[in-house]
Amino acid sequence: MALIELRNIDQTREAKDILKDINISIDRGEVFAMIGPTGAGKTTLLRIIDLLDIPSRGRIYYDGVDVATSEKARLKLRRRMAFVLQKPVVFNTSVYDNVAYGLKWRGMNTQQIREKVNAILESTQLTEYAKRNARTLSGGEMQRVAIARAVATDPEVLLLDEPSANLDPVSAGKIEDILTGIIKQRDVTVVMATHDMAQGQRLADRIGVLVNGEIVQVGRSNDIFFSPTNREVAEFVGMENIIDGVVVANEGEMTTIDVNGTVIEAVTGYSPGEDVSVCVRPEDVTVALARLSSSARNSLAGTITRAASSGPLCRVEIDCGFSLVALVTRRSAEEMGLVKGTQVFATFKVVSIHIIRRR
Amino acid sequence: MDDLWGGFLKALELIYTFDPEVMEIAGRSLYIGLSSITIGSVICIPIAALIHFNQFRGKRLLVSLIQTFYSVPTVVVGLFVFVMVSNAGPFGGLGILFTPVAIVVGQVLLITPILLGLIISALRGVDVTILDTARSMGAGRWQMATLVIKEARFSVMAAVIMGFGRAISEVGISLMVGGNIRNTTRVMTTAISLETGKGDLEFALALGMILIFLALVVNIVMNRIQQR
Repeated sequence: MALIELRNIDQTREAKDILKDINISIDRGEVFAMIGPTGAGKTTLLRIIDLLDIPSRGRIYYDGVDVATSEKARLKLRRRMAFVLQKPVVFNTSVYDNVAYGLKWRGMNTQQIREKVNAILESTQLTEYAKRNARTLSGGEMQRVAIARAVATDPEVLLLDEPSANLDPVSAGKIEDILTGIIKQRDVTVVMATHDMAQGQRLADRIGVLVNGEIVQVGRSNDIFFSPTNREVAEFVGMENIIDGVVVANEGEMTTIDVNGTVIEAVTGYSPGEDVSVCVRPEDVTVALARLSSSARNSLAGTITRAASSGPLCRVEIDCGFSLVALVTRRSAEEMGLVKGTQVFATFKVVSIHIIRRR
Repeated sequence: MDDLWGGFLKALELIYTFDPEVMEIAGRSLYIGLSSITIGSVICIPIAALIHFNQFRGKRLLVSLIQTFYSVPTVVVGLFVFVMVSNAGPFGGLGILFTPVAIVVGQVLLITPILLGLIISALRGVDVTILDTARSMGAGRWQMATLVIKEARFSVMAAVIMGFGRAISEVGISLMVGGNIRNTTRVMTTAISLETGKGDLEFALALGMILIFLALVVNIVMNRIQQR
C-alpha cells in the first residue's frame, strides 16, 4: 500500500487553478521528485501533502487513512512529517534551540533533546555553530539548520521544497551531500520539489513532471529524460530541438516524417497522417562541412544562422528548412570555421530521435 | 533664567542627597507604573495573540477601534474609573478610590489599547514563513503563538516600553482617582504639578529630571537587550 496517495487533487486560488486533478502514489521509503518550471504548483502540492493547506477538491490518504478529519488528527499526522522550505527559514534563536524546537513540542525531556540535537548537529556539520544565533549564519548554513531541524524529529516523510535553489554552487553541493546521506541512512520517504532536472535525477527514484498545475508524466528518471511523453516535458528536460512534422510512411516501424518538405527518418510506431514532434538533443547532432558517409540516416544540408561559444562548447543554430541546434566543442567550431553563413551538413542517428504525438 | 538655573542645581542636590520625600515619590511612581505595565502585559499579550491568530467578523473594526483609543485623554480614563469606583459607582464597595490600586486600574485601562495595538502589529510583522515552518514542525496553536511572540519579542518589548512610558508619565488618572495624597498616592507627575503650583520649582524640577532619567534607563536597558 502506498504511504501517501493523492486522488483527484485540485487547488484553486482566487478563481485560478493552481493544481488540476493530481493523482500520485508514493511508496514508503521512496524518493519522489516533482520537477517543473517555477510557478508550476510544486510548492502548493507539497503544502497539501504536509496538510498545511486543504485542497479545493480531492482526497489525501496517509497510510491508507483519509486525512480529511479534525485539525487535531491532522496535527498528529503532520508530526510524522517534516518540511524544508525553499527559502532558508530559521528562528531568531541559537542553532541548538532551532533544532531542539520540534523535539520540545513533542514533549521530549532535556536529556533526550540534548543527545538528539548534538548528534544531528554533528551529522550536518553544525556543531561549531550550536550557540550562535541562527540568523547570523549564511544562506547555506541556515538551510543546513533547517534540514537538521527537520530530521531531528525522525520524520517518516521528509518534504523538501527546492532545498538548494537559492544557494551558491558550493553550498548547494553541501546540501545535496547532506540530503544524500539522510536518504541513505534513514528509513525516510522523501518528496522533493525541484526545477533542476539533474538534481531530480541524482536524488530521486521516481520523478513526476508538473507543468501548469498538472502532472504530465511520472516515471523513472531515465524514462523522463530520454522518453518525454509530450512537448512540455521534452522542453523541460532539455530537448532543444522539437520539430513539428507529419508521418508520411511507416514500414516496419521505420518511419518517414515530413518537416516542411524535409524528410526525417525515425523508428516509431506512429501511423501515416499522424501529427508528431521530432525531438533531438543538441549533443546528438553532428556538424560536418561535407555530407558524411555513415550509418546515420539523417544528414540535412543547412546554413549556420548563429554560433555562440559557452565555455568549452559552441552552440550552433542551423537552418535546414527548420531550425536545428547542435552542440560542438569550441575547438571543432574554430578548426572547421563554423560561423554564421557557413554551409554545413547536420547529421543525427535514428536512435537518437524521440518522437512524441502532437496534441 | 537665574531662578531656573538655581532650581536645576537645587534639584541635582535633592537627587544627589537622596532626599527622602523625592525618593519616596519616585519609588511610588515606579512601583505603580511597573505594576500597571506588568498587569497590562499579562492581560494584553495573550489577547493580542488571540486577536492575531483568529479570523473573525469585525476583526478589522476591532483593531481600528483599539487604535482609536491610543490617544484617549488620561482625564477621560480617570473620570471613567472615578465613576466606577466612587461610592455611588458599581465598584464603590471595593473601597479603592484614592488608593494606588485605583491608579493602577486606571493606568491599565489607559495602556491596554496601546499594548494591544502595538503587539498585534508586532505579531503581524513576523514573517509568514516562520508560521509555516512552525506548523510544518507540528506546533500546536499555543506553541505556535509562543514562538511567534518570541520571534516578535523586540517589537513586543518596544510596545511594553511605550506602555510603561505612557503609564508613568500620565497625570490625569493619578490626580483624579489617586487624589495626590501625601505618603499614599502622590506620584511624580502629580507632585510636579502641585509643587509647580506652589512655586517650589526645585522640587518639581528634581522630580522632572528623575522622570527623564528613568526614561533614559529604560531605553538603555531596552537597547542592551535588543543587541543581545
